[in-house]
Parts: sequence; C-alpha cells; structure tokens
Amino acid sequence: MTLRTRSREAKGPLDYARNWPLRIWIALVLVFLYAPLACLVAFSFNESRRNIVWTGFTFDWYGTVFGDDELITAFVNSLTIAALSTLASVVLGALVAVALWRFRFPFKPVFDGLVALPIVVPEICMGVSMLVFFSRVVPWPTDLPWPLDLGAIVIAHISFSFPFVAVIVRARLASFNRELEEAAKDLGAGEFRAFIDVLVPHMRPALIAGALLAFTLSLDDFVITFFTSGPDTVTFPVKVYSMVRFSVTPEVNAASTLLMAVTVVLTLIGLKMQGKDVAKMGNG
Amino acid sequence: MQDWRDAKGPFAAIFGAPALWLLAFFLIPLAIVWAYSFGRPTGLTDIAITGTFANYVRTADPVYLGIFAKSIWFAAITTLLCLVVGFPIALVITFASERGKALLLLAIMLPFWTNLLIRTYALMAMLRTEGYVNTSLGWLGIGPLPLLHNNFAVTLGLVYVNLPFLVLPLYSALDRLDKSLLEASLDLGAGHLRTIREIVIPLALPGILSGLLITFIPALGSYLTPDLLGGPDSQMIANVIERQFKRANDWPFGAALSFILMYLTFICIAGQGLLARRREKAGAV
Repeated sequence: MTLRTRSREAKGPLDYARNWPLRIWIALVLVFLYAPLACLVAFSFNESRRNIVWTGFTFDWYGTVFGDDELITAFVNSLTIAALSTLASVVLGALVAVALWRFRFPFKPVFDGLVALPIVVPEICMGVSMLVFFSRVVPWPTDLPWPLDLGAIVIAHISFSFPFVAVIVRARLASFNRELEEAAKDLGAGEFRAFIDVLVPHMRPALIAGALLAFTLSLDDFVITFFTSGPDTVTFPVKVYSMVRFSVTPEVNAASTLLMAVTVVLTLIGLKMQGKDVAKMGNG
Repeated sequence: MQDWRDAKGPFAAIFGAPALWLLAFFLIPLAIVWAYSFGRPTGLTDIAITGTFANYVRTADPVYLGIFAKSIWFAAITTLLCLVVGFPIALVITFASERGKALLLLAIMLPFWTNLLIRTYALMAMLRTEGYVNTSLGWLGIGPLPLLHNNFAVTLGLVYVNLPFLVLPLYSALDRLDKSLLEASLDLGAGHLRTIREIVIPLALPGILSGLLITFIPALGSYLTPDLLGGPDSQMIANVIERQFKRANDWPFGAALSFILMYLTFICIAGQGLLARRREKAGAV
C-alpha cells in the first residue's frame, strides 16, 4: 500500500493512515474481501476436479465453459440485456434529471419521490411485481425470435436502472450554468439543438458514469431476472445459480472468472473515460 | 427554473417518456401486487380480489412473525458488524494521502462491482466442509467445523456483501468533518478513543445514520445470501415470499408478505428522515 505520504516527517496526531493497528485492520479486511475471490480465480486453473487441493495448472475448464452452449447463450443474453437496458436507462435517466432540473410542474415532489422508489424498494418486491405483470397483465410471448424474447427482462432492468442514472445526472446538472443554454438560444439555436449541443456535452461525464452503473446493475442482477425470465430465457446469473445450488465445480469457477474479468475491464474503462472527461474540462 | 406551462412542447418531450415508463413498468405492476394482497386464490391460476384482510392476518402467525423477527435480527447484526469493521477503514481513508484514498476506495469498491452471485459462490467454496478454510484447519488437526448452511454463514455472507454499502457513506460523512476540531480535542488532552466518541461520532452522526440505513435496507430484503449460505432455519422474508410465488403458488399471501416488507422499508426511511429533521431543529435552536 502506498499510504505513506510524508514518511520522513514526524507522524501527525491525525495520521490514522500511518497507525499500525489500523493498517493491520485494513489488511485483514482486504484479505476477508479478496481471499474468496482470489481462491475462486486460482482454482479455475486447477487440474483437479475436486477443487480443493492444487494439483497442476490447466485451461481445461475454460474449454469446458466455451463448449457449454447453454452457458454461452446465457452469457450472450446477459450482455445483450445489459447493453439494451443501459442504452434506454441512460436516455430515460437523463430525461428525468433534466425535467426535474429545468421545470416547475404540479406534484413535482411526488414525482421526485416516485422516481426514487425503484432504488429503495426491496429487490424481491420488484421481482414479484414483474412476475405478476409479465404473466398476468402483459404476458410476454414465449416464441419470439432472439433478442425479442428477452424483452420482459430488459424492461424490468430498465425500470430499476434508470432512477440511478437520474440521480447521477442530476448531481451533475446542479453545476450547469443556465446562461449557456440561454446564450445558445439567443444565438438562434432551437430547443433541440441547445439541448444536444450545450446540455448533453455538460452531462457527458455523468452519462458515462450512469451508463457504467446501469450496465453493472443489469449484469449483476439475479433476483429480479429470476422472477421475470421464462424457462427459455436464461441469463448468466440465473444459469450459474442453477449450477451453484448443488455443487462447487471448476467450470463455475472458470465462468465466474470470465464474468469478473468483463466487469473489472468495464469498470476500469469507465473510470478512465471519466478521468479523461474531467481532465478535458479542466483544460477547456 | 421554468414553469411547465411556458414550454409545454419541450416539457412533454422531456417528461413524457420517463413518466410513462415509471407508471407502466413500475407503479402499475406494484399496484397489482398490492391489489392481489387483498385477494384469495380461486383455482390454480385465478385470483379473486375480494378485499379480504385474511392474508395480512395470516402473516401474524407465529411462524411468519418469527421469520420477520429473524430477518430484522440478521439485518441489524449485519449492519452493526459492518459498522464495527467499516468505521476504522473509513477513518483511514479519510486521513490517507490523495493516492492512498483513491487506491483504498477502489480496493473496497471493486468486490462491490463484482456479481453478487459470484461473491456468494466464492464464500460457499471457502466455507463448505471440503472448503478451503476447513481443509486448512484440517492440516492443523482441527475441524471440520460446520461453517456453511447455518446462521453463522448467513451473517458472514451479509457482512461480506454489504460492507462497501456502509464504508462509502461513512467515509463521505467523516470527510466532511472539520479536522481542526479533532486536532483541538487531541491538543487539549483527550485520547483518540475519547475524541472519536465525543467529537467524531456526534458530528458525523447524520451521515453515520444514513449509512446504517443504506446497509440495513438491502440486508433486510436479502434473498440470495440466506438461500445459498443458510440452513433450513435461516430463512429470511424474501425466501418465504419467493416460495409463495414460485412453489406454494399462493400469490395473495406472497403479495401481502411483500408489502409488509415494503412497509418496513418505508418505516425505516421515514424514521431516519424524522430523526434527521429533529436534529436539524435542535441544531437551529
């Protein structure tokens, strides 16, 4: 850890980061957080099927995963759902944020509260409401071609993702100088042009952060998907769940490692893109 | 801010889509579940909404009361453990260098971005009888200990999963403190523990409370952790709800349980809001 900043200076009274008992505590917590994940990744390369004792290095389990059609379908489904849901959530979330930021309208506090509701409602409640909705009110046809058969899951994912995007974009809009938009309109830009050319560039970092969050939320979701998905529309978490329930196998380790790699790469890309945006704003 | 009547076109264009979406794909589904909670099953798939309170009366059965109590207990103990484990971490992050801050926050957040199911599975592999912990203990001649499929595993799993939920708000609460007050307290001879107890905690209390709430609510509605790590006696509300909808096929009763869980959530949020307001008022006087 590079917590030492002024290692040559005397330790100040508030230098908790240089306090040994606290450092040991942090180290222990990090071991607690990472050891299970590290073991999971390590044993996805282990030869032995029993998954306990290290017997030798192998890529076989990854071969098994890529040979498992059901698992690959589930993986592709999950990525497709996440991509579609992210796209719609970013648009809807940004619109909510702009509406709340720009307009005064009747029952505004009510709308504000309702839009935050999907964030606080327990997942299981939202899951059962989607189950009821898509089985009784709007039965989603089961024989649709891919990816339309994923529609119900995508809709459910959008519903729980876009309020998060709205929160992030709203925080960003608070720092917008309204005069810029007025200036654009004075210079002859219409409503739509002013929105696209002035407001959207300002929201950009928040849109990226929101997209990243929406994508991760969608990829991560098990409970709501579990209730929304039919027998033929399986996502990666739902598939892994059915494998995990009964046994711990190296195939699951390999599949999980792949998904973790996707998430970590996406997170790093997102952080980097945000960093660039912030840097650009600093210069411009 | 613009009045919506001055720009009806843009307002409709901006407000329309998300409002309709929220109504059609969130509020209406919830409203239907709410209506179902006052109905009774009349056949394999039919439900008659009769306005009965029977489903709510049934939730007062000792079996279900016990499960509610157990869920609240699990969520409370999880929140408390997260606070004990997370407070020192938040403290270190607050006073670390810029680089140390960024690295530690990333280190705490990265598991949080990892799929919940995968994290739970990783814990299963650690804790099971043939798992890594018991195998290691076996070499020392201990065990195997019953670590998986019991209440201990559920609590551990909930702490494992929810810890970042508490560390982040704690950190942002501590980061806002006026550091000179802490220095003054230390200069005047109070020890570190006393400074934390009498200066840090009272000043950061609103932030700490909202952090506790953010941890408690998802913990209360946990489904996956008790399902995979728990034993037959560690069921939480969400598991019972799932069973009503998927296996027992008693949707009205499941709907009533869902709404009790929702009401519990809302009560927690309202309680926290009231506390915050009272504190503000007390501060103003």
